[in-house]
Amino acid sequence: MTAGPMPRRVALFASCAADLAMAPAATGAKRLLEALGVEVDVPAGQSCCGQVALNSGHREPAATLARHWLDTFAGYEAVVSPSGSCVSTVHHGYPRLAAEESVGSSRMAERVAATAPRTYELTQFLATWGADLALELPARVGWHDSCHMLRMLGEKQSPRTVLGRVRGLTLHELENAESCCGFGGTFATKFPELSCAMGDAKLGAAAAADLDYLVSADPGCLLHLGGRSRAGGPEVPVIHVAELLSRALDHARGQDGHGETLVERSTA
Amino acid sequence: MSPRSSALAGAERVGTDRERPEYASTHIPPHRRPLPLMVADAVHRPETETTRARLSLRTREWDIGRWPGARAEQRERAAYLRRRTLADLEGNLARLTENIEANGGVVHRAKDAAEALAAIERIVTRRQAQLAVKSKSMVSEEIHLNDHLTGLGVEVVETDLGEYIVQIADERPAHIVAPAVHLSRTDVGRRFSAIAGRDLGDDPDDLAAFAREQLREDFRNADVGISGVNFAVAETGTLALVTNEGNADMVTSQPPVHIAVMTLEKVVQEFADLETLLPILSKAGANQEITVYQTLVNGPRREGETDGPEELHVVILDGGRSDIVGTRYEEALACIRCGACQTACPVFGAVGGGHAYGNVYGGPIGAVITPLLSDRPEDRDLPYLSSLCGACGDACPVKIPLPDMLVDLRADYQEETASPATRAAWRAWARTWASRAGFAATIAGARASAVLPERVLRRLPMAGGWARGRSMPSTKDAGQMRRRRRDGGRR
Ligand code: SF4
Repeated sequence: MTAGPMPRRVALFASCAADLAMAPAATGAKRLLEALGVEVDVPAGQSCCGQVALNSGHREPAATLARHWLDTFAGYEAVVSPSGSCVSTVHHGYPRLAAEESVGSSRMAERVAATAPRTYELTQFLATWGADLALELPARVGWHDSCHMLRMLGEKQSPRTVLGRVRGLTLHELENAESCCGFGGTFATKFPELSCAMGDAKLGAAAAADLDYLVSADPGCLLHLGGRSRAGGPEVPVIHVAELLSRALDHARGQDGHGETLVERSTA
Repeated sequence: MSPRSSALAGAERVGTDRERPEYASTHIPPHRRPLPLMVADAVHRPETETTRARLSLRTREWDIGRWPGARAEQRERAAYLRRRTLADLEGNLARLTENIEANGGVVHRAKDAAEALAAIERIVTRRQAQLAVKSKSMVSEEIHLNDHLTGLGVEVVETDLGEYIVQIADERPAHIVAPAVHLSRTDVGRRFSAIAGRDLGDDPDDLAAFAREQLREDFRNADVGISGVNFAVAETGTLALVTNEGNADMVTSQPPVHIAVMTLEKVVQEFADLETLLPILSKAGANQEITVYQTLVNGPRREGETDGPEELHVVILDGGRSDIVGTRYEEALACIRCGACQTACPVFGAVGGGHAYGNVYGGPIGAVITPLLSDRPEDRDLPYLSSLCGACGDACPVKIPLPDMLVDLRADYQEETASPATRAAWRAWARTWASRAGFAATIAGARASAVLPERVLRRLPMAGGWARGRSMPSTKDAGQMRRRRRDGGRR
């Protein structure tokens, strides 16, 4: 990623999963960007990137949502999202969709080509322009590399860079950090037992590492892992990186509503 | 007729014991159970976790999916070489045929399994063969060659250790290059002990020695050697086979007849291609710089030579592959059958290996090629048996874009099978969410019901299933980021 000057005004793309079921990922991302002095717009028309349709084999509805996404976000200087998976759809899925004769067009391809390079996953943005953020949180965390962010977007370093800046935070590298958690979109509902077994492998390693949190940048993975953990899977608190960093912002400012228990725990 | 094979004597005592589920049988039924049911069953088998752990350890220790420095260059080269050959597949096959024949071999082109079986049947019948030794060949699984030969009264003995282990329990290979990856050494010890009629323990060296001993006689007595082919060189007519046990050397040189079975995409253009392809196959398949044996077959025995078969036959099966040429899936034919995508695949591990795919080829490459090659309609939904994590694409030494292909195959599947109601539901959902008011209504509904946005979603085919094993996410704060802040910045 080329690090030019920080965009002054960005659009926040929450992802439908965070918008509907993981509000702290979206609000946390907004706070973090604002703490950097970025003007954050939350386009009201935003919904879903269309990945769920695309990966289910429904190109036409996927393209409908991709066009809607482009209509909503193409005009911004930059787009930031707390969903690595959705960002990878914009980067990798949209060009493929645009090239599809039945649903794409050269116009769509051009719009994608213009917008995708300005579309960042949150920790990418923070790693590049967020070095001055004061972050502190005494906690031992593990990182779950979500598959799409890691392999499709090719992003492994940024979250580690950002977490490395949080004073008091220890990042424990899980040996299965890069293995799939078993979410996989509709895969999770088509093969629930398989999906949960894969989730248990991920959670099991995290539980054994005695973490305060298992952290990731993907609401989908986290909803799956959290839901599994609460329903009989290995017990591990899972949290979205935006929420974690938002707490770290509070903690560093001494406005912390959550940090005390962590301090007690880590000094016990 | 008393059995001539010494290796298979006593195999009937192995039976099909508890470690072999019905879907692992060599006999693939004409119709299989729905994929979700078979998968759920596989996930819950007690052996599955051991297999998963074994495969994930391999992936980590072998560093599958990582291509540092020179390896990355080798991978680029391998990917290029395979595509170069495919770009002129028929030309390369013609040259291959010409050169095999010039070397004294006979080529049989087979359009489908029936033609391949008929060609092989003619040879074994003419030779009045009773015993065939075989080295590893996935194609022969694809055309169910063993069954066919057995029906003709020819005993077939698998001489690859892993293949032998699965053969004696009437199982299919669970992995392309590690057929017995789903078994522990205790399992193997139990099977071999049953054959021996005495306890052989579970020491891997002892067990391998036992198998070698069992097979020795058969190598001597076999009328026919049957092998697969890793690469067939168009330029020279050379057949290249890799093994770690040297059994391909034996199979291709000891019996009076050698029948090599290959699919047409196994052809490579130049002999020098092997310089890249053999090491990368070894690395991707077995984490070796190079396999212990590379067998290069350049025709039957010639005047003055002391060993080698009297006859060499090369059966080249199409089996639907030429239909893939020129489509968006053509690159799938670049596959060198290394099995790295299987080893790396978390789904493949979590279902305990390839059996639960209900077909000859499991794992990511299986989920891609099976729907393209198979006649069974139920195989068409195999591309859904993937979380699309992308590990297979990273692992593939010839850079086949397996995850993209899985997505495209899903689209093909929907195009062909989705009901008008399903299509309408997806379209309606997309239109609703592509409008500001529609998504606002979804948010309101989600908040009100504090369950998933089911007003629209519940009509979609993927709605069910989440609650099996997971608690539902809370949607009470849905749309929170859209609200105006009233607290001066804190939230
Ligand atoms: S698809 Fe690639 S990784 Fe999988 S078996 Fe073929 S060559 Fe190996």
